[in-house]
This record gives sequence, structure tokens and C-alpha cells, in this order.
Amino acid sequence: MSAIVPLDEALSSIADGVTLAVPRETAGVPMAATRALVRRGVKRLHLIALPTSSLQADLLIGAGAIATLETSAVSLGEFGPAPRFTDAMLNGRIRMLDATCPALHAAFQAAEKGIPFMPLRGILGSDVLKYRPDWKVINNPFGDGDPIVLLPAIKPDVALIHAPMADRAGNVWIGRQRELATMAHAAGKTVVTVEKIHDGDLLADPLLAAGTLPGFYVERVAVATQGCWPLGLPDHYAADLAHLAEYVRMAASAEGFAKYLDEHVYARQAA
Amino acid sequence: MTAFRPEELLADVIARLIGDARHIAVGNASPIPATAALLCRARGSGRPYVSLLQSRKHNFFTGGGVELFDCAAQGRVDVFFLSGGEIDGEGNINLVGIGEHDHPRVRFPGSFGSAHLYYVVPKVILFRTEHSRRTLVPRVGFVSAPGASPDNVYRPGGPIALVTNRCAFGFDKARRRFRLESVHPGHTVEEVIEHTGFAFERPAMVPETVPPSAETLRLLRDEVAPELAEVYPQFAAAVFGQAAVSA
Repeated sequence: MSAIVPLDEALSSIADGVTLAVPRETAGVPMAATRALVRRGVKRLHLIALPTSSLQADLLIGAGAIATLETSAVSLGEFGPAPRFTDAMLNGRIRMLDATCPALHAAFQAAEKGIPFMPLRGILGSDVLKYRPDWKVINNPFGDGDPIVLLPAIKPDVALIHAPMADRAGNVWIGRQRELATMAHAAGKTVVTVEKIHDGDLLADPLLAAGTLPGFYVERVAVATQGCWPLGLPDHYAADLAHLAEYVRMAASAEGFAKYLDEHVYARQAA
Repeated sequence: MTAFRPEELLADVIARLIGDARHIAVGNASPIPATAALLCRARGSGRPYVSLLQSRKHNFFTGGGVELFDCAAQGRVDVFFLSGGEIDGEGNINLVGIGEHDHPRVRFPGSFGSAHLYYVVPKVILFRTEHSRRTLVPRVGFVSAPGASPDNVYRPGGPIALVTNRCAFGFDKARRRFRLESVHPGHTVEEVIEHTGFAFERPAMVPETVPPSAETLRLLRDEVAPELAEVYPQFAAAVFGQAAVSA
């Protein structure tokens, strides 16, 4: 049974060194929670961004919270390369497990099914495979000389997601962002921030129930209004483009990034 | 002839390469391919289906982020677009970096879905708006996805063309080589040779790329630009003077 708690309490299971799964930008990125983790000084995370990341990974890397990053790309989209990610890579400060988007999806799906691996087409002949000794190639046992890649299941310690709303029983409405359910099914624990609490039972209405992650999978829920800011929450609010432009400008240097943290992370306490 | 912007020419070129398709998908950081895909739909009265990965409006998927890849693996995505920090003459693309993998000299964002989609989508159109020896290289420093695969590898898809700010190449799958198809107005074959780091085929006479028609420019400016602004607000503002829209 999940409980609605203050943000910092909700994040308490995200201890130093855990394997933490987070979603892509279009699925709603829990940025208020990410700033709270940076304020708390979380360290040595193995961050798995399904399947890509933008500001969230860049901020955590810049703050020194990441030991290993496993994802398919980190970019600020129209704002260009992610500055702290790029700097950390060029200086060998984080361990990078390069992947490709559907491989991460498949690995989470394997965990959700309780099976050890998932096969996937493509990848053969890519250097992505060369640097992933944990990925294996077998011959399709149903075919004839047909090589195929196997991805080991990804079972993160914690999944951290953001959604439009949850009810008091901890059921979370995720709409069509189905990968949030896959993440919760695969992870040991799932921590959710939401824009608001829904008065009523999300599972009672069949239209809402179809897009609901049952509270059964959810450890903690916290309310974080505008919880994706300065990124957007699709269908709810757009990204704050002026702020993102300011981030890119400040995060271009280590000094500027430190100033950004002072002004926008440490100074801004959780609501 | 109506004056046009380079991006409008490139979108028109890509739209011609797309040809007849039922489903065009467009990934991250691809404003010109997105423009081309929406242009195809504007010309086709609502067909083909266009899936812009980061869009809410132009995206019918309800199965989460995995659905695009499942759809492509099922053979239900006809056209996709890829680029690269580096692209070589065999159609290999590098979205990861240059130098040692753990300690690169140059780092790009990452491979995204290329190491899957390049294999399974029948028509992959490569695009790169910086046509230089820095980007079009003899051999990529990291193969995010190869341009071709051995016969025993399941590979219904792959590159058909490479469109740059200077020209359009076709890709000969059997010979694993690009062939210069046309040079854009204001550019020359000599310039293309000078700025391309790999060898390529070319006919004795290379035609000039056909510029966009007045009707194409009208569709781009009146119908496509407002739709683009949802996903690429900065691009839509810079190229089309399109005001930003809310979420």
C-alpha cells in the first residue's frame, strides 16, 4: 500500500548507489524530485534513462550524483548537446553504458515478464554491441543460421516517475505513457510524483482505469506541482524555453553550472 | 521563381525521396525531415500517417515509447530518418563519439534507436546539414549502425539516400557506395568533391536539384509551419517566422 508523503520522504528509498530508472522527456520527467535528490546530495547512482535523457541526466551528472549512466542518448534537443554530460564523457568522469532505444525497452520488458532476457533484431555489426559484453548473440533456435541479439533483463532498484495525478490509494494515472507501467513492473520499488491528488478511485472509472498504474506497484507518492519544470508535461504544460536557454548558457562551464545549482536547485526548496 | 530558404529546398528533396508511403516516422532532432513528412501529408490530403516521436498531436501511438520500435520491427514503418556526427562512404553512421570509447575526444549524444531502426525500416533517408570533411568521413570512429550487413543478418531495411546542404546522394546497396544524384542550386560538383571525405560515384553530368514549386512553398509556409511549431518551436520560428504554440 502506497502513501502520499512529502517529497523528500518519498525519495528516501533512492539511496546512494542504487540503480535508478527514469523516463524520457515526452513521458514526463520528475525534475522537482531530481532537484530534491541533488539537494540531498545523492551519490554513485547507476542511472538508467528509458530510453534517452535530457536535462535530468545532465543535471545529475553535473552535480556529481552519477557513477554509471546507461541510456541511448543524452541531448538537450533543439538546445544542442548536453553540456555536463559531454564534459563528463570527455574527462572520463562517468562510466557510460551506451545502448539503443529498443534494447532498453526490451530489457525492461524482460524484467516485467520475469524472464532473463529478450531477443531483438538489429544491433549486429554495431559498435554498441562491441562495448556491451553483457549483450549476447545466439543463433535463432527456430531458424537456420539466423543470428540474433539477447538483452539481459533490467531490474532497477527504484523507478522514479512523474504523472498527472494519483488517488489517495496510490493508484497513478499515467494515460498513454505505457512505459511508465513497464518501468514500475520491472523495478523493485516505484516512487511517483504527481501534479495533483484525484479525489476518488481511479480504478472505479473504466476510462481512467485503462490508463492507471495500480497502487500495488507504487511505494510512495508525493505531490510536486509543475513537477517537470523546466521541462514540460505533455498535455499539461510546455517546457520553459527561456529557462532552458539560460541553463545551456550557464552549464557551459563548471563554474556557471555551480552558479546554476546555487540559484535554481539549492535556493529553491521543495514546495 | 519564388525565393525559397535552404530548409524548404531540403524538405522538398526529402519529400520526393519519401515517395509513396503509408507510415513515415521521424525521430529526435530532425526538424527538416519532420517538415518533409508533414509536407507529404499536406500534399496527400491526410495520408500518409506521420509519427513525430516527440509530438502529442502528430503521433498515434498509445503503447508507450516501445510502440514505434515494435511497429518498425513488424514492417509497419516505411520511412525513417537518421543522421550522424559522422557518416562514411559505406553508409555507416556514428552518433556516439570519436576516440577511445571510455575517454573520447569528441562525444555525440548517443545512438538513439539507430542500431535497430536502420536495419528494419525499408527506406532510411540520411540527412546532414553540415556537409564537410569533418562530417562526411572516410571511416566513422564508431559504428552506431552499419550501412549494410552480411547476407545472414536479418536486414529488410537500410539507407536509400543522403541529403546534405550541398547535394543529394543515392545509396547503392549492392556496391555499398553513394552516388551523387543532384547538386542544390548555388552549389557545384567541385565543391561537393572538395567537402566530401569519402569517394562516391557520379554521372558525367550531374543535374541541379529541382527547386520547390510555388505550391510547395505555400503548403510549407501555410500548413506545415504551424504544425511544426509544436515540436520544433525554434526551427519553426527561425525558418518560417512561426509563433510558438503552447503544449
